[in-house]
Amino acid sequence: MKKHTNTGNKDTRSGFGAGLTELGKTNENVVALCADLTGSLKMDEFKENHPERFFQAGIAEANMIGMAAGMTIGGKIPFTGTFANFSTGRVYDQIRQSVAYSEKNVKICASHAGITLGEDGATHQILEDIGLMKMLPGMTVINTCDYNQTKAATIAIAKHHGPVYLRFGRPKVANFTPENQNFEIGKAVVLQEGTDVTIIATGHLVWEALLASEILMEHGISAEVINIHTIKPLDKDAILKSVAKTQCVVTAEEHNYLGGLGESVARVLAENAPTPQEFIATQDTFGESGTPAQLMDKYGLNADAIQKAALKVIART
Amino acid sequence: MSELEQLEALVTQVRRDILRQVHKVNSGHPGGSLGCTEFLVALFKEIMDRKDEFTMDGKDEDIFFLSNGHISPVLYSVLARTGYFPVEELNTFRLLNSRLQGHPTTHDGLPGVRIASGSLGQGISVAIGAATAKKLNNDAHLVYVLCGDGELQEGQNWEAIMYAAGNKVDNLIVSIDLNGQQIDGSTDTVLPMGNIKSKFEAFGWDVLDIESGNDLNAIVDGMKKAKLRTGNGKPVCVLLHTVMGNGVDFMMHTHAWHGKAPSDEQLEIALTQNPETLGDY
Repeated sequence: MKKHTNTGNKDTRSGFGAGLTELGKTNENVVALCADLTGSLKMDEFKENHPERFFQAGIAEANMIGMAAGMTIGGKIPFTGTFANFSTGRVYDQIRQSVAYSEKNVKICASHAGITLGEDGATHQILEDIGLMKMLPGMTVINTCDYNQTKAATIAIAKHHGPVYLRFGRPKVANFTPENQNFEIGKAVVLQEGTDVTIIATGHLVWEALLASEILMEHGISAEVINIHTIKPLDKDAILKSVAKTQCVVTAEEHNYLGGLGESVARVLAENAPTPQEFIATQDTFGESGTPAQLMDKYGLNADAIQKAALKVIART
Repeated sequence: MSELEQLEALVTQVRRDILRQVHKVNSGHPGGSLGCTEFLVALFKEIMDRKDEFTMDGKDEDIFFLSNGHISPVLYSVLARTGYFPVEELNTFRLLNSRLQGHPTTHDGLPGVRIASGSLGQGISVAIGAATAKKLNNDAHLVYVLCGDGELQEGQNWEAIMYAAGNKVDNLIVSIDLNGQQIDGSTDTVLPMGNIKSKFEAFGWDVLDIESGNDLNAIVDGMKKAKLRTGNGKPVCVLLHTVMGNGVDFMMHTHAWHGKAPSDEQLEIALTQNPETLGDY
């Protein structure tokens, strides 16, 4: 069994910042826009290195998205940065018309996604953003799992022509994927092979899925763990290949079960290979204040919840 | 024909194109289109430094965005008659599988369109982005955008207006079609906007009026002045005082024709008032 080691907790947003810094040095067409959250998004270094390519939009996200769309017309590759809530729900129509429908090469980079935003509470904890973004035709939707992967994804999306939603988070979490990995948009990563159940996870839940697989192993259950960093386009082949072997699946995400990864996986399965599935996600609810760990526990977004769901789905086969 | 006569002939022909497009599909927005006909003809023929070949990037040329996308009939006619696509294509306005969608889009590759518009209030932001990219590219050309006056009720505009002044986006000319009308009535009755000129000035813009916004000479003079005022650290706003429905007597001075097509009989009267000049499509 392939072991995964946490090389030290780091926040995914710092991975974004590091990726953006590298892009600043290597691609002169990359520009960055931020709506008064430069420090939170870890965009300071890019701003210091390239003040002429950094645009402070102020607390005016709608204008920021429109400006980003306009900048692509001069051949620029704009990366917008703010919290996930303000990157999506607040500016949905601007993204829909000026970016997605207009097919503009804008990278919408969203930090503090999901419930692990923590103490600020439900006003800032968006659990609907994956659904909002994946419904837009032509939009690529990525939710990375750790620092290294977020850095690699940030660099990779600059080379992809088209609108991208890149979702990451606030807290320091396990950093376990390889440094300087080759990030392939739309390509699932099988982190661990197994035969009894497939666990498909995205974002912060990927590490929890690995921890769940260790608990399951103690029960003599072999779990296959797949990191779906790209929710759209979804790696259908990887999903079907795995469930052909395991015959059951648990999906895990820090998002509402409505509109998230789980529903995308369910559609692929319903069309191709109807399979019992359990959903680890928030249950159509808003979040609340608390520490990230407390909230993940309260809302059932952790290794224990995943392993229980695995046992349940295995019993259904 | 003198140069002015040629422009006037084009204006009349564009009016016919607007009326015939909208009539054919019994939908679309003739009022605002007719009100901005002289402006768009003057802008494309006399003011903008354009290349013949359309490129999305618009490098080394002036570029234009239509923010109030519902006046697509006038944009399509002017684009076709300035060589961006065949005038015969105006026959496909709002039809299934057409590049001439109800509101302009880049989706189907129509030359001359660089952004989708229709959901109001987004054009100034896009234009600021394009103007900023021009500065980054050391491209000294200008970015033009046309907005409706009712459209200014959308809050995003004021985010953009604040940004452009605060960041000295001075290669940008925003024209406001000040016809005082919107779908539900006059702008003063729907949502009074007060003194638009003072508002732009208070935000730090350089504002000038074109009082006769349906007069070709006045528009050309006014826009030449506006161009001279770019590059001075302030974005430029042109308040274009127009008459909605201009050129068709029964469509003028009312919001009734904002989004309504003429009947067969009304079309005939309207076309009689605007006799064919350059040839119908």
